[in-house]
Amino acid sequence: MKQFSNRYIFIFSSVMVVAVATLLSLAATLLQPAQERNLEIEKKRNMLESINISSTRGNTEDLYDKYINESFVINSKGEPVDGVDAFTVVLKNEQKKPPEEQYLPIFRAVPDDGEKVIIIPVEGKGLWGPIYGYVALKSDMNTIYGVNFDHKGETPGLGAEINTSAFESQFHDKKLFDDENFVSVQVIKGGAADADIHGVDAISGGTITSKGLQKMIFDCIQKYDDYLLKNRN
Amino acid sequence: MNNQEREPIFSAKNLKLLTEPLGKNNPITVQVLGICSALAVTVKLKPAIVMALSVIIVTAVSNFVIAAIRQYIPDRIRIIVQLVVIATMVILVDQFLKAYVFDVSKQLSVFVGLIITNCILMGRLEAFAMGNKPWPSFIDGIGNGAGYGIILVVVAFVREFFGSGTIYGYPVFEKLGIYKAGYENNGMIILPPMALILVGLIIWLQRSRNRSLIEKQ
Repeated sequence: MKQFSNRYIFIFSSVMVVAVATLLSLAATLLQPAQERNLEIEKKRNMLESINISSTRGNTEDLYDKYINESFVINSKGEPVDGVDAFTVVLKNEQKKPPEEQYLPIFRAVPDDGEKVIIIPVEGKGLWGPIYGYVALKSDMNTIYGVNFDHKGETPGLGAEINTSAFESQFHDKKLFDDENFVSVQVIKGGAADADIHGVDAISGGTITSKGLQKMIFDCIQKYDDYLLKNRN
Repeated sequence: MNNQEREPIFSAKNLKLLTEPLGKNNPITVQVLGICSALAVTVKLKPAIVMALSVIIVTAVSNFVIAAIRQYIPDRIRIIVQLVVIATMVILVDQFLKAYVFDVSKQLSVFVGLIITNCILMGRLEAFAMGNKPWPSFIDGIGNGAGYGIILVVVAFVREFFGSGTIYGYPVFEKLGIYKAGYENNGMIILPPMALILVGLIIWLQRSRNRSLIEKQ
């Protein structure tokens, strides 16, 4: 192996770094539209899952247009905010704002059984990273119609179980309110009693993810408090 | 490097580079490299196949690139240069997966990123590409990537078949009606330790058939 001068080494590294940076930014820019489309489809798909409609990558858009027919944004007092597209609201960014300035997206859907459902997006922290999902409420604004959760990198077999249908199906028909008081859904270690209308079984071995999930639902839906109380029937 | 006469593209020597890692110089079962991802992505066939293809592409191309510029790489920063080449390739593969096979990229999640730390790559760059021409290095990369991939696919096949009762997502057992006869999927085989045991069994099988692989005491 030849000996190289320090000067050569510096020039070599600089050229290498610039070449690699150009290549990567080029690839990122060219592939971005396709990647963003995938994320959009994924979002629609998760939303459909929360009202118990499973879709494939191909028919997601059609089903979304068929079932989810309205979306709007409200503020923390429950008043509608004009001029904001609910679909493009990034929850993570909203959560950094002061509560009174946050945009709160709502999606309306009518599944095949004719129930008028609203879908509320939620986002919080699991053990390793973000967890997120959608909670669909029946028209009484109290009973959960269905949920969908997903995560970025929870432990497979433990925390990652939150996106299995076995866990998600427990939320059906749970109640968020006790009369006028918002109590949300508790994730109960050791298992919830069948009659418990506010509790679901936690995931064994996934305590921190379960707790994070409970906090996520509480924090996110509490902001809709006024709207939900005003619009219940 | 002073060998001036041109050799044919698929000379016997080059072919050996391709076939040896599949068998008696397999990176997983003989060199015991890249075990961690072999345990992680072998629950189902589909991610295993995509992972295998990704590793083949990354090893082959980074081997080629390093071999092509090997005379210009300063010895003192060669490991850094190797890592930069590997990391670039892996990010490119990851971006492509995200754009065109989103579901698979979601399943593979962190493991694509972890190709960077897969020992097979650094091992091949340091041991082979730094001292050989681009074309043999490219073949060596494909061979080693494929040697890794073949074990991945075998393990994934067994785990998916017995663990979930499917082959590449096709519900074989259900179609055959075996569940009605009281059969249940083996839940244990889905867990990572079973992958290790399967790899162990493959190593045992290979060594009992090829005694030259057994270390002398």
